[in-house]
Amino acid sequence: MKTIRDPVMEALQTVMDPEIPDVSIVELGMVNRVTMNEGHVRVELTPTFVGCPALDMIAQNVKDRLIQEERVNRVEVAFVMSPPWTSDRITPEGREKLKNFGIAPPSEDRVSDCPYCGAKEGEVVNLFGPTACRSVFYCRNCRQPFEGMKTV
Amino acid sequence: MMQTAEQIVQEPRLRHALTELLYQLADDELCLGHRDSEWLGLAPDIEGDVAFSSIAQDEVGHAVFYLERLHELGEAKPDQLAFFRGPGERRNAILLEQPNGDWARTIVRHFLYDIFDDIRMEALLQSSFHSLAQGVVKIRREEHYHLLHHKMWFTRLAQAGGEARQRMEQAVSEVWMEVGGLFSLGEVEEEMLHYGLIACGSEGLAQRWAERMRPLFDEAGLNWPGMPVKPKRDGRKGEHTKDLERLIQTMSEVVGSDPDAQW
Repeated sequence: MKTIRDPVMEALQTVMDPEIPDVSIVELGMVNRVTMNEGHVRVELTPTFVGCPALDMIAQNVKDRLIQEERVNRVEVAFVMSPPWTSDRITPEGREKLKNFGIAPPSEDRVSDCPYCGAKEGEVVNLFGPTACRSVFYCRNCRQPFEGMKTV
Repeated sequence: MMQTAEQIVQEPRLRHALTELLYQLADDELCLGHRDSEWLGLAPDIEGDVAFSSIAQDEVGHAVFYLERLHELGEAKPDQLAFFRGPGERRNAILLEQPNGDWARTIVRHFLYDIFDDIRMEALLQSSFHSLAQGVVKIRREEHYHLLHHKMWFTRLAQAGGEARQRMEQAVSEVWMEVGGLFSLGEVEEEMLHYGLIACGSEGLAQRWAERMRPLFDEAGLNWPGMPVKPKRDGRKGEHTKDLERLIQTMSEVVGSDPDAQW
């Protein structure tokens, strides 16, 4: 339970990953630090993958969203590498939403559980997938190909 | 001592050594990323096709990271550096500007480079240039997947026998002519080491690479051709082939048609 309302964090919670529109950048663990100084908000984001082509769009969406907040008159977005983004930064809510979207959350095992039937009978089809952060698997139980977030 | 870009620009010799190192990193990744992208639609299977596109995106993204650090040090903007520098200003190893060749040659070159890149990044983890050290931690986690992928192909093709094995042997002998060029740190190696920008010199990089590579040749059942020799030309000193001219021309063809366009 949140006891202190933080309007900036609540606003960031509505900025979604352009490639996974059910999951916010907060839930993905991309928000590293937020500081506010007399109406100037600085947001430090940590990229999931260094070459992710959605980064510019995410930065713009953060700016567009936060400038609508009362008492905010300037927004600065910086990408930082430290601490590095790792897949265990994804929040429990984020993991659940990924699964509902049809993408298996990252797993300690080589193959994630199937997001459709939950079976642990997946095999790797391709370590690489439609975006830098995903791999492609196949579930031998429900015979469904599925995507999973890479464990990094 | 860890240093920031603002501190480094005050010391010309240090700045020069660091920019040389960053150009080597950026240009290696940019050349290979471009070559990877040339497999789009042509790889032997759809998985290989998707993989090379994704790997290309990673490599070019890593090049952008290094080019951004150069921009912080007062060099031109990343796009300008990527598209509009002449061959003489580029610091990639010659091996990486060469065309892909067949699938076997593509895999051999990539795997040999990936192992080298991992060893070089390991030597950068304690770099005195703070933001480089931080970025390398992140980039290494991504490159882990490239290593897994290329090790699988390297071993599979070599163990398959027949034509695959023949082509792998041919590829190794071709790639071996230039692979020694990876280890060069160019004209200011001493300064790079003196300022703690990188923890290991060219000899050490070559030794570490051979120690890791040799058992992988054994595992794949390939003969180890012996320590690579230094090639005649050194890409780290701006010495390149016509292949790089053609690569730059292809890569910058669209942006060059209207350099002021907003994309």
